[in-house]
Amino acid sequence: MSIFIDRSTRLVVQGITGRDGSFHTRQMIEYGTQVVAGVTPGKGGQMFEGRVPVFNTVADAVRETGADTSVIYVPPAGAAGAIYEAADAGIKLIVCITEGVPVMDMTRVMPYVRSRGARLLGPNCPGLITPGECKVGIIPGNICAPGRVGLVSRSGTLTYEVVNQLTKHGIGQSTCVGIGGDPIIGTNFIDCLRAFQADAKTDAIVMMGEIGGTDEQNAAAFVKASVTKPVVGFIAGQTAPKGRRMGHAGAIISGSSGTAEEKMQAFEAAGIAVMKRPVDVVALLRARLK
Amino acid sequence: MNLHEYQARELLKAAGIPMADGDVASTPEEAEAIARRLGGTVVVKAQVHAGGRGKAGGVKLAKDAAEARAHASRILGMQIKGLTVEKVLVVPAAEIASESYVGLIMDRETQRPVFMVSAAGGVDIEEVAAKTPEKITRLPVDPVYGLLPHQALALAFTLYQDFAQVKTAAKIMQQLWTVFTTNGASLAEINPLVTTPDGAVQALDAKVVIDDNELDRRPDLAALRDESAEEPSEVAARRANLTFIKLDGNVGCVVNGAGLAMATMDLVKYYGGEPANFLDIGGSSNPEKVVNALRIITRDPSVKAILFNIFGGITRTDDVANGIVTATKQFEVGVPIVIRLTGTNEQEAVKILNAAGMTALNDMDEAVEKVVALAKEAA
Repeated sequence: MSIFIDRSTRLVVQGITGRDGSFHTRQMIEYGTQVVAGVTPGKGGQMFEGRVPVFNTVADAVRETGADTSVIYVPPAGAAGAIYEAADAGIKLIVCITEGVPVMDMTRVMPYVRSRGARLLGPNCPGLITPGECKVGIIPGNICAPGRVGLVSRSGTLTYEVVNQLTKHGIGQSTCVGIGGDPIIGTNFIDCLRAFQADAKTDAIVMMGEIGGTDEQNAAAFVKASVTKPVVGFIAGQTAPKGRRMGHAGAIISGSSGTAEEKMQAFEAAGIAVMKRPVDVVALLRARLK
Repeated sequence: MNLHEYQARELLKAAGIPMADGDVASTPEEAEAIARRLGGTVVVKAQVHAGGRGKAGGVKLAKDAAEARAHASRILGMQIKGLTVEKVLVVPAAEIASESYVGLIMDRETQRPVFMVSAAGGVDIEEVAAKTPEKITRLPVDPVYGLLPHQALALAFTLYQDFAQVKTAAKIMQQLWTVFTTNGASLAEINPLVTTPDGAVQALDAKVVIDDNELDRRPDLAALRDESAEEPSEVAARRANLTFIKLDGNVGCVVNGAGLAMATMDLVKYYGGEPANFLDIGGSSNPEKVVNALRIITRDPSVKAILFNIFGGITRTDDVANGIVTATKQFEVGVPIVIRLTGTNEQEAVKILNAAGMTALNDMDEAVEKVVALAKEAA
């Protein structure tokens, strides 16, 4: 089953003719994702590399190809607009890779997306992958392997590090989801935990958090109340100084809140096994996946 | 991006928020002239991005222009929390009957700007929030509709009984909402909002933080950046499109991706070392970025060893390897480098490094242990 995407996913790429969009479209097609359409206003009617039709609008793409999922590679200034457009066109899952979307834009985007019944993943995220079936975004396919561990993370390359560890040690993944490093994001830890808990093909969950905000603390409470599958967690930023933004717009300790310590304590209190190092993920999972 | 108080004041004034007249000075002479123009007792305030300015001696009362000049000459050039004071703000000393707090922050949980209002103003609001949260009224505002008139009034009624003051405060909240939303702020606060003995309501101090993601489309705000108030290595890094934060340790770190960069710092600490910096070279890292990163890190004399931790996804590890080789040809790195790389084009990367007499590790833990040991040896 997996969560959010699978082999039946029909993907439209917003910004398909751009530098990042075209590069990653090739990678997604190579992985086996059904890329059914691309959108670049003004380039409707063209074919991307002779195989993917390009449309002027997402609505055209949906009407002509039945796309149900979109991925956005447009620059920050146009990213909010691209999300509105996808939601309006009836896209159910909108994945925004773009980094640098103004947070004020996101405060208006979120209620709009919800009112259209869509799910947004990101912005500033690496996307998601259901190994062996479908990848939407930029997670390298070659480090993943099909299996029964669900992974959710606020980071990109740190996710790759952990996925790589899992695959190297023969632990495959059901779906890996990068929820993004921004302060306001469309899909949070709890959304993914709920989906993994309900997914018959997921046996255990890995959660990669970081400093800033309270999403991990809320997720820990949710795990305690509603997740019966084993959960292993990590928090990046134990050595981060207070008040500094650590690369991700959302990775900042404000006052005394949002520290790694606070989050690790919340994990432990909820029965989540805490990794001290990324490499610990293997041993902790094995002990819980007998 | 943090704004200085004098810059934040300009944004508040432009929105119509009542504030005492005042001006910013870079020299004692300018401070004296401003104090003379204002007349009466003034306050001379250091303009640095640091809390606790008063305790550090950066805020002084002056009864006349000559004293303002004397204070300014002491405060200008003073170091507060490692930052040099380049400017002082000179404002009239207000007589204060009451002090309140009015702030707007971008709240992650409600995904909305949230008003925070408290009659306990003039003190650190974090402290009020921690010790007496009941003294703070919070109101998430729907950005589509903005702060509605009845909401502004309800907030103002938590501060004042006098209806004239309530109406003024409600208007100030509307104006602060405008400051926040039109400038893409992540924080806008007035602390304190005061009443004077004659009943007037005005803002005495202002703080505004702009969302960094806003700066590309707002060159007017980007121009307010004061690079003299920042760590020089961080300025150099930003110009090279690198995210860099200087820390106190001796293990320099060059990593791709913010999460992995944090995890790498944590692992340095785990193995008994101290990271000298946070550095994210970003996704598509061309060799030039790596050269710049090494240049910035090697300028820090406390760095005793450097770790590269690269997980190639979009980042091509051969690009990084080329960058390292180029850098070592261009300048003397002077400290040992430990390179860990894996992922995209890893084999090419290893070849490039080997040809230049360098080696690469594949395992993150092994690399971190090694760099920590090397830094300890050199220390």
